[in-house]
Amino acid sequence: MNWTWFHRLGSPKWFYGISGRWLPLLSVAAVLLLAAGLVWGLAIAPADYQQGNSFRIMYIHVPAAFLAQSIYVSMAICGLVGLVWKMKIADVALQQSAPIGAWMAFIALLTGAIWGKPTWGAYWVWDARLTAMLILLFLYFGIIALGQAISNRDSAARACAVLAVVGVVNIPIIKYSVEWWNTLHQPASFTLTEKPSMPASMWIPLLLMVLGFYCFYAVVLLMRMRLEILRRESRTSWVRAEVTQLTGRKS
Amino acid sequence: MNWNWGSKRMGKVFFLLLVREARLMFRRPGELVNPLVFFAIVISLFPLAVGPESQLLRTLSPGLVWVAALLAVLLSLDGLFRSDFEDGSLEQWVVSPHPLGVLVLAKVLAHWLFSGLPLVLLSPVLALMLGLPTDHIPVLLVSLLLGTPILSLLGAVGAALTVGLKRGGILLTLLILPLYIPVLILGSGVLQAALQGLPTLGFLLWMGSMLMLAITLTPLAIAAGIKISVGE
Amino acid sequence: MTDVFLQTRGLTCERDWRVLFSGLDLQIGRGQMLQVSGPNGSGKTSLLRLLAGLMQPTEGEILYQGQALGRQRHELARHTLWIGHAAGIKGLLTPEENLAWLTALQHGASDEAITTALHAVGLQGFEDVPCHTLSAGQQRRVGLARLYLPQAPALWILDEPFTALDKKAVAQLEQHLADHCEQGGMVIFTTHHELQQRPAGFFELELGQ
Repeated sequence: MNWTWFHRLGSPKWFYGISGRWLPLLSVAAVLLLAAGLVWGLAIAPADYQQGNSFRIMYIHVPAAFLAQSIYVSMAICGLVGLVWKMKIADVALQQSAPIGAWMAFIALLTGAIWGKPTWGAYWVWDARLTAMLILLFLYFGIIALGQAISNRDSAARACAVLAVVGVVNIPIIKYSVEWWNTLHQPASFTLTEKPSMPASMWIPLLLMVLGFYCFYAVVLLMRMRLEILRRESRTSWVRAEVTQLTGRKS
Repeated sequence: MNWNWGSKRMGKVFFLLLVREARLMFRRPGELVNPLVFFAIVISLFPLAVGPESQLLRTLSPGLVWVAALLAVLLSLDGLFRSDFEDGSLEQWVVSPHPLGVLVLAKVLAHWLFSGLPLVLLSPVLALMLGLPTDHIPVLLVSLLLGTPILSLLGAVGAALTVGLKRGGILLTLLILPLYIPVLILGSGVLQAALQGLPTLGFLLWMGSMLMLAITLTPLAIAAGIKISVGE
Repeated sequence: MTDVFLQTRGLTCERDWRVLFSGLDLQIGRGQMLQVSGPNGSGKTSLLRLLAGLMQPTEGEILYQGQALGRQRHELARHTLWIGHAAGIKGLLTPEENLAWLTALQHGASDEAITTALHAVGLQGFEDVPCHTLSAGQQRRVGLARLYLPQAPALWILDEPFTALDKKAVAQLEQHLADHCEQGGMVIFTTHHELQQRPAGFFELELGQ
């Protein structure tokens, strides 16, 4: 397997160049997928026979929940890469991903509450998945807070990396224990997604939304990373040239 | 990585660090009492807050004892590395040829022996005050005996990452409390199972395996955190 | 004999968005004494901490006996003695207990050796009182007593070792450092003080240019 791309990632300039080429593509993909998914899911797909129209919020809740979890895992991977190979790109990716992940977790919780009200009559129930998502949100807050608290940039990155790795090891433990806790206290357990057979007219828009959310995440992350790279490398000549070109002014 | 694992020196250094910590703690005995008093006060807050109705308290007692113990451990962990950080001892550990992971394990063990274990020993008294039936006291003790070291080890990760920061205390709680949740669920869950007459051995074994996992993995994270804080 | 013991290549240190020094190439071999000087904030302490292994350089590398540091960290650690601004002395312990612990981290020393070392720095009679009852200068000397133990490591990295010492103690320390170099050891240190005694292998590095 050719690992050159991995080592090239060590160069901020190369990353900046290649992300610039991918960005328009990903943006278009995100817009198309999200538009198609939203229209299909919110308007066209048939109403669920049990939950009526309120289940449509699932088209936002499920992708947000997926993203919240996978972003944390990707942060842990970036953290590991940054600690082992000492790549600055990995540090940048980790710290720029954290707020996006936190927002995803928050959206998942919010839409979960919106879904919960017509379904169970209460905005918040302590079911396993919502509780686990809440804990995930706290984990995100921890990483963001730690990154803000340490003034030395490299130390902050390494500290967040350690915390992300420790957190990711804990996530399966947290999920299992929360699920177990839930069954311990609520023998008739509710779940927010009815896993059994969803007709294609339901899961295809869901798939579109999930993919659209991933593209959206990629777009926002790349944009944030590019900005951070420009800030970090502000003294180099290629950044000066880039800024001049972007703003039309000599910096 | 040359880890001197087999060397007798490593064992000797581990033991010497335990002795050093013991000496330090016994020369400031007042500090040992603080977490215990905190534990007792927090437990006393609950009857004051929810009313002294004994059935209610008995139902809540597993959770209350565990939350109070958890907060007391967290409180005591804030200063775990602080004085060593300030007087340069941590630097000497980082620079030493001995693996930092083993040194921190000794430090956390000493801390648990003198802060965590007393909490465990005090817990039956407080649990009785909340109305926990006496035949469940052994389960309470074992669950805390297995759980408080896990809390100490996880908390030490946070303490290592935040030791050099001003206001590190609040940040420490923010970082570590989400990680404490599985231990809390298991620990109080064991007690609740006991109260309902369900078997508890399985849960205790789960806690034991979490403890093993914590002992093997957290020293790496704690050592990494210390190196980051010292290299600031 | 100047086999290169420790060497840096292109060492760069950046802290808080400021480059302290970059592209630093230096080497030190047995018998040499290196004084790192420069104005405040020029990175003297940072350079020493990099060499001691407390910090990672932003760029560049450190070579131990010609090879990259990586796997040899522990090897180098066994031959290095670091005393920073804070010497690792706990106020609640006695000088004897402090020294016993600090040497245990490296080679260990017998009780007699520890007592001799404490006498050498002028602390006889104070071996078994808690360090927080000693004056600042005396506490400083407890930390320096490590330099008088037998089997002291070859490389000494000292950050401002002469602070809080009186004239007599300063002269004694200078002599001791010079003796150490003459016997094949190495010293890297920073100080604001002008050295009166310089061994044959003395050289200076000026930072902040």
